[in-house]
Amino acid sequence: MFRIECPWCGTRDMVEFTYVGDGTLTRPALGARTGHFEHVYLRANPKGTHVELWHHVAGCRQHVAVKRDTLTHEILATGGPGEVTAARDDVPKGAAKGETGGMA
Amino acid sequence: MSEYRKSPRSPLPSVAPPKSRPMRVADGGRIDRTRRLSFTFDGVAMTGFEGDTLASALLANGVDLVGRSFKYHRRRGIFSNGPEEPNALVRLRVGARMEPNTRATMVPLYDGLVAESQNRWPTLAHDIQALNWLIAPWIPAGFYYKTFMGRAANTRLWMWFEKSIRRAAGMGTGTHEADPDDYDKMTAHCEVLVIGGGPSGLAAARAAAAGGGRVVLVDEREDFGGRLLMDRETIDGEEGAAWAARMRAELAALSNVRLLPRTTAFGYYDHNRIGCVERVSDHLIEPEPHRPRQRLWSIRAAEVVLATGAIEQPLAFADNDLPGVMLAGAVRAYANQYGVKVGERIVIATNNDDAYRTACDLDDAGAWVEAVVDMRPKGAEPTLRAAIKERGIDILHGWAPVKAQGTKRVRGLAILKIDETGKPVGNQRAASCDIVAISGGWQPTLHLFSQTGAKAVWDDAKACFLPGPPRQRERSAGACAGRFTLSECLEGGHAAGLDAAEKAGAARPTLAAPRAEVTPQNPPRAIWECPKPVNTPGKRFVDLQDDVAVSDIQLAHREGYVSVEHLKRYTTLGMGTDQGKTSNIAGFAVMAAARGVEIGRTGTTTFRPPYTPVALGALAGPEVGEHYAPLRRTPMDSWHAERGCTWIDAGLWRRPRTYPAHEGEGLFDAYIRETKAVRGSLGLCDVTTLGKIDIQGPDAAEFLNRLYINGWKTLPVGKARYGLMLREDGLVLDDGTTSRLGETHFLMTTTTANAVRIMAWIEYYLQVVWPDLRVKATSVTEQWAAMAIAGPKARECLATVVDRDLSNEAFPFMACGPCVIDKGVAGAEIPARLFRISFSGELAYELNVPADHGRAAWERLMAAGAPFDIVPYGMEALGNMRIEKGHVAGPELDGRTTAEDLGLGRMMSSKKDFIGAQLARRPDMTRPDRKQLVGLVPVDGKTRLGQGAQLVAADAPARAGSLAAGGAPVAMIGHVTSTGYSPELDHPIALGLVENGRARHEEVIAMRDPVRGRETKVRIVAPVFVDPEGERLHG
Ligand SMILES: [Zn+2]
Repeated sequence: MFRIECPWCGTRDMVEFTYVGDGTLTRPALGARTGHFEHVYLRANPKGTHVELWHHVAGCRQHVAVKRDTLTHEILATGGPGEVTAARDDVPKGAAKGETGGMA
Repeated sequence: MSEYRKSPRSPLPSVAPPKSRPMRVADGGRIDRTRRLSFTFDGVAMTGFEGDTLASALLANGVDLVGRSFKYHRRRGIFSNGPEEPNALVRLRVGARMEPNTRATMVPLYDGLVAESQNRWPTLAHDIQALNWLIAPWIPAGFYYKTFMGRAANTRLWMWFEKSIRRAAGMGTGTHEADPDDYDKMTAHCEVLVIGGGPSGLAAARAAAAGGGRVVLVDEREDFGGRLLMDRETIDGEEGAAWAARMRAELAALSNVRLLPRTTAFGYYDHNRIGCVERVSDHLIEPEPHRPRQRLWSIRAAEVVLATGAIEQPLAFADNDLPGVMLAGAVRAYANQYGVKVGERIVIATNNDDAYRTACDLDDAGAWVEAVVDMRPKGAEPTLRAAIKERGIDILHGWAPVKAQGTKRVRGLAILKIDETGKPVGNQRAASCDIVAISGGWQPTLHLFSQTGAKAVWDDAKACFLPGPPRQRERSAGACAGRFTLSECLEGGHAAGLDAAEKAGAARPTLAAPRAEVTPQNPPRAIWECPKPVNTPGKRFVDLQDDVAVSDIQLAHREGYVSVEHLKRYTTLGMGTDQGKTSNIAGFAVMAAARGVEIGRTGTTTFRPPYTPVALGALAGPEVGEHYAPLRRTPMDSWHAERGCTWIDAGLWRRPRTYPAHEGEGLFDAYIRETKAVRGSLGLCDVTTLGKIDIQGPDAAEFLNRLYINGWKTLPVGKARYGLMLREDGLVLDDGTTSRLGETHFLMTTTTANAVRIMAWIEYYLQVVWPDLRVKATSVTEQWAAMAIAGPKARECLATVVDRDLSNEAFPFMACGPCVIDKGVAGAEIPARLFRISFSGELAYELNVPADHGRAAWERLMAAGAPFDIVPYGMEALGNMRIEKGHVAGPELDGRTTAEDLGLGRMMSSKKDFIGAQLARRPDMTRPDRKQLVGLVPVDGKTRLGQGAQLVAADAPARAGSLAAGGAPVAMIGHVTSTGYSPELDHPIALGLVENGRARHEEVIAMRDPVRGRETKVRIVAPVFVDPEGERLHG
């Protein structure tokens, strides 16, 4: 069970969160005729660093972007949606602190 | 074969059956001989002492047969003295507290303990299935699969075989009675968790505690000390067991240390979370009042010290499973810890130094040690050799055990000289004995380490797997790091404790490590598979619990199963309740030899939790029965209960199902009566559980426009509208009525089932997708009590209660707005919101009041409705009336239907974009032959339709044609989704989804309901049965 650092509440146990999905997706704009199929159905299944969304349902009810190594389950950074980049490099925990911040 | 014989040092003890005499030595051992405990094994009364395990007590009573093996039902005796025990699995306790598959080596003896052997029939001594042994050559690895799954697959034969096989290869059986005991759960946080309370763990805990942080020390045995209690070594001049007791006392006195004996750390999970189970009361005949039997611990540690020790490995030679073949370290432990001499004449067979200590200790305990058979040409380190020689015990260098002799138990051991490559040279000799103490060296207990995701690495010099680089914040110390001597354990534990505390933020204290004599050791010889000369019968068992022998592994190799993971699954090696604790190394060695590679190259299997079996009761903890899930009650719950309603679960909520008019009124009669009352006059229904979401902000209407398929910008203040939402894939998500309470203020309702999901859905879009929208959403489901008052008398009744003009002109269908109940009546005023919406199809209003006023408002309406014979109605009547009106609900919104399927396609706005709009237009989503919502009535006017029943063509054949002959299954053209009975029409009705159903009204098809044994012809009709023009709700 992970411990996830919610940017608003602090470090909490995974049981307070629900997993939402891939945090690197961008929904097609309203009115766009294309991109919907890819958005709904196509997913990468990366081995290593990945950004995903977790919903702090038993806490502040905010969505948290979590940069996680899918192999080791190490959490490299957390932040508000869109605040954590999906760079495929391993960022040490300390160095990633800058990515953790409040939602605008 | 010549008899191995040396000149006797003293009169030679005869090898008599041990049953005839007690095996407890006169004194010694860490048992309390003043406290005699009575227990029974297979109904035979025996005694032991405080401090015994069930295994040590059985051995003291001369019991050498404790179980039958899994596959061949071979006789098996106690093999070890710890959690690795493969043989001595017993059923403990009786009645509801019965527990199968407990390891006798880990069961503390208590007065009144009742244990039974398992996997035998009719008795342990005469087990009929032992005949399996006679056909053993015909039951090789993979036998069941090859024989019964191959040719017999796809036949009923396999099902018949399977039943018999499962019975034959059964483990112990439990009880079907409910467990009467309590189980508890605890969560703990600490800076340093030390797992294992032997010398390494005690030294680590002592060092870590000196740093001042919170330290937890867990150990799976009854007391701390580990091998210190089983051996006779000294620390800083103090006897090992005394040192352990002093450490325990010193640690217990520290406020920052929590000691958890009788606690098994069974799982190492992500981010340093460790699962432990504490056996609070398993050493008692039953738990003391208000105490749990077991307690599940979830421990989150900043740093972990693994001091989990090592497990001695066996040697594989013919018939090495006979009772009397035991691990050398266990033989020594029974003598030192429990004062039990497990035999009179002992032969020791080893590939390492450690077993020499067994020879010394057993000699001191008064047993006759016949010889030490050492597979190494040079044998042990000189001081050990000297100690053995001093006692006049022979050492045979370069000899290997070949076959255990005896039928019911060990009578002797055949041995053979081996050369540098392990090949036999010369003739076999035999030694008489009643115990063969074997040692294949010690394998670090890497289960928890492996569970972190880290990899074990093979060490040639130590001939064992060692922990590789860590993946989590942990370090291994002592024997589990391959540092087996006491001095190394103390030093390693001390250093690990200091390191862990420091990494967790403590300052490094000045503290000297405890010291023990440095004992050099000669390296072990990496041989586990002993030679098997031709004409030597008997299997060389590798996995005693699963009856896997060397030949099975070699067969698996010949058949191509060379990966250890495949090997494991094909042969069941290491698949028992012991998870291969005493079989993995020998098994991998045999596979490595067969493949002609180094053992390190075969790899090791990945260990998964739990390390040892965990009772499901402990995992469930207190969350059983009523406490399994929280119960949500509406504000009117107490009224419903007092009224004697029947209940139905709706998620975590409980809702009234019916309100029986008198005792004995059945479900059907009650809901038909309630339906008639509502349609005839007036009814009141608790609809609090519908999801209510308060949505506010300048962009609220725009947001609803994106969520719903229909438009919201034109909805005036004071009006409600029915809305439908799609998922992104274009299928229907949920529906409900949403009201505009103000220019920027909406109240959304959702179905009860989807309330939580829709709230999360809204939060996702507002926070992640469209954070620019100025909208806030809040769940207010529990803040408002909601009740529907429905029936032709609803207006008349409500007019006497609220302060609004309820005429059609002032408050038409779909109007909404604030009102006050009993305005101006001191103490009785209740602020409320009123909505003119109808689920039943009658003239109806929904009243929302703050939750605390729920019951008062409900009672006020019941009183106001008395002149109109108001009835409370429950979920059955509510559901029945919505079916009569053709409103869709959960069974129709099943995640496979589109708006068009449900007849709601017209709602889809073409003037705007919304969630799901694009994918809802895919060709398959708009095909005309999709299953569409229809009404269904039985042609005979009386057969009840079954929810979920299949709909097929009227002339469909009764059965599928033979598939083998090219026949096709009966084509299913739809299914029944919701069923009811219309008192107005006086016949059963149903909703269903039927292919191209809207174009098939009046067509007759067939309903097949094999689950309920019903079959009838049904007519497809429009899905509205009552008041199709909607005159009543507009009335
Ligand atoms: Zn939070």
